[in-house]
Amino acid sequence: MKCGRAWVFGDAIDTDVIIPGQYLDNYSPEFLAKHVMEGIDPTFSSKVAKGDIIIAGKYFGIGSSREQAAIALKAAGVGIILAESFARIFYRNAINLGMLPIVCPGCARMFRSGDELSIDVEQGKVFDSKNPKQSLDFKPLSPMVSKIYEAGGLVNLLRAEIHQKNR
Amino acid sequence: MTACEKILARASGQKDIAPGDIIDAKPDVAMSHDNTYLVHRAFQDIGASRIADPSSVVVVLDHRSPANTVNSANTHSAIRKIVDELDIGWFFDVGAGICHQIMIEKGIAKSGGLIVGTDSHSTTYGAVGAMGIGIGATDMASVWVKGSLWLKVPEAINIIITGRPAKGVFAKDISLALVGELGAMGADYCCLEYEGDWVSGASLSERMTLCNMAAEAGAKSALVPDIVVSDPNARHYQTLAVVVDLLEPMVSTPHSVDKVASVSSMEGTGIDQAFLGSCTNGRLDDLAIAASILKGRKVHEGTRMIVTPASSEVYLQAVEEGIIGTLLKAGAVVTASGCGPCLGAHQGVLADGESCISSSNRNFKGRMGSRNASIYLASPATVAASAIEGKIADPRRYLV
Repeated sequence: MKCGRAWVFGDAIDTDVIIPGQYLDNYSPEFLAKHVMEGIDPTFSSKVAKGDIIIAGKYFGIGSSREQAAIALKAAGVGIILAESFARIFYRNAINLGMLPIVCPGCARMFRSGDELSIDVEQGKVFDSKNPKQSLDFKPLSPMVSKIYEAGGLVNLLRAEIHQKNR
Repeated sequence: MTACEKILARASGQKDIAPGDIIDAKPDVAMSHDNTYLVHRAFQDIGASRIADPSSVVVVLDHRSPANTVNSANTHSAIRKIVDELDIGWFFDVGAGICHQIMIEKGIAKSGGLIVGTDSHSTTYGAVGAMGIGIGATDMASVWVKGSLWLKVPEAINIIITGRPAKGVFAKDISLALVGELGAMGADYCCLEYEGDWVSGASLSERMTLCNMAAEAGAKSALVPDIVVSDPNARHYQTLAVVVDLLEPMVSTPHSVDKVASVSSMEGTGIDQAFLGSCTNGRLDDLAIAASILKGRKVHEGTRMIVTPASSEVYLQAVEEGIIGTLLKAGAVVTASGCGPCLGAHQGVLADGESCISSSNRNFKGRMGSRNASIYLASPATVAASAIEGKIADPRRYLV
């Protein structure tokens, strides 16, 4: 079971909002984290904490392929993103970095910022820790995505594969 | 099978594949730009020391090019060393131009090929019949290491474009109308396959605009089938027919590409900057149509016009044909080839409260600088007409 505080956003949160282009000349995750979500809430980086959960509407991560969007969120402490749907490149970037992107229809309408959420990844269930009746089901990760997540990201998975080959 | 299924079947060494299948595909070309730095960081973290097929790797410095900050300069410097050390096949340094333009100009993107690029507008390669798919930096690192990556076979949407556009209506207007029709993510996870008499007659530059803008409908890839075509009985997820005869010049309004309107309905909206450039519309024909409108006229006082040729080759041709002279005489600023102000990096960043009309592809909040600026997307002709009037203007009255 994974628990965390929710931050709720709307539809079509694009990668320019998640990390504006002007910051892309600096690849330091800590630097990027300081500007995460600046396009929609300039105070977000000072409020978000390790283990927090992003809840969003449709098409989270729409736009650019910039991996810095996922890097910034991860470095800011976000490990899980629940959204009605994701843009495909962002989804891959997030899972490749070992984050957990969960497609969960209805999540942006059910939960509010500040809610303490519990997520059972195996069972495919998310609920309000204080009010477990407020709950939603989601489809489990696909086998390929699950394999990457279990390894802690694509880098870890490939490192293990290379290690195995060299043994 | 559809054309994109056939390309993916060949790339994965399989006979028969269907949408939803997970395949391990070997791309013919792997392109990355300034974010090669991030690709290399993941490559090192994986513990790899050599690229599986360095001859298939292309690196282009275009996003902040020439370097705009010390950080960018250091990134470029590091990338030049990486290219050298890893024996990367193709390298294009600052000023050469925008990656997608170069991939096609230099013939690196080939019909029937599978190309992955660390840029969402990699869909552009569909203009030459190649399947281009945008990926992130870590996925690219995996391509460097293994020579392949996993992909989900997409559904294909058939887009049939027919008719003859009226004067003042260009590939960009058709593309904006299409994004408006499909919605910003209407083609999510799908490959767009274009056909119809307008597509058959379209120039390479027009096909590039069309395939480039497919990314703004969320498409995984886009294709004007060429060598590889869909079987007559291929199953398409959806078919959309577009007749362009009655289409008007279009503009995409803040802050979403699919919020489209006719230029005539937006006329009079004040603009501070007009940008002509980008992988969408920074080619010779785009500069030429703008010059034909601006010839003998001036950019409106209080309005800036920035022109960024898509590549040095485009730039040189435009100089030789007198296009650049015409634009300069009209008062435009001409910058080095590259992505320029499109992503708000440099060479024309917007201030708080400003409005810009741009021939580029995205108008998200903060895309070109301040998050308190507004971006309108339109054709090069509309950008030029608007630059003259200092407000959104219908190009049709300037075209003979």
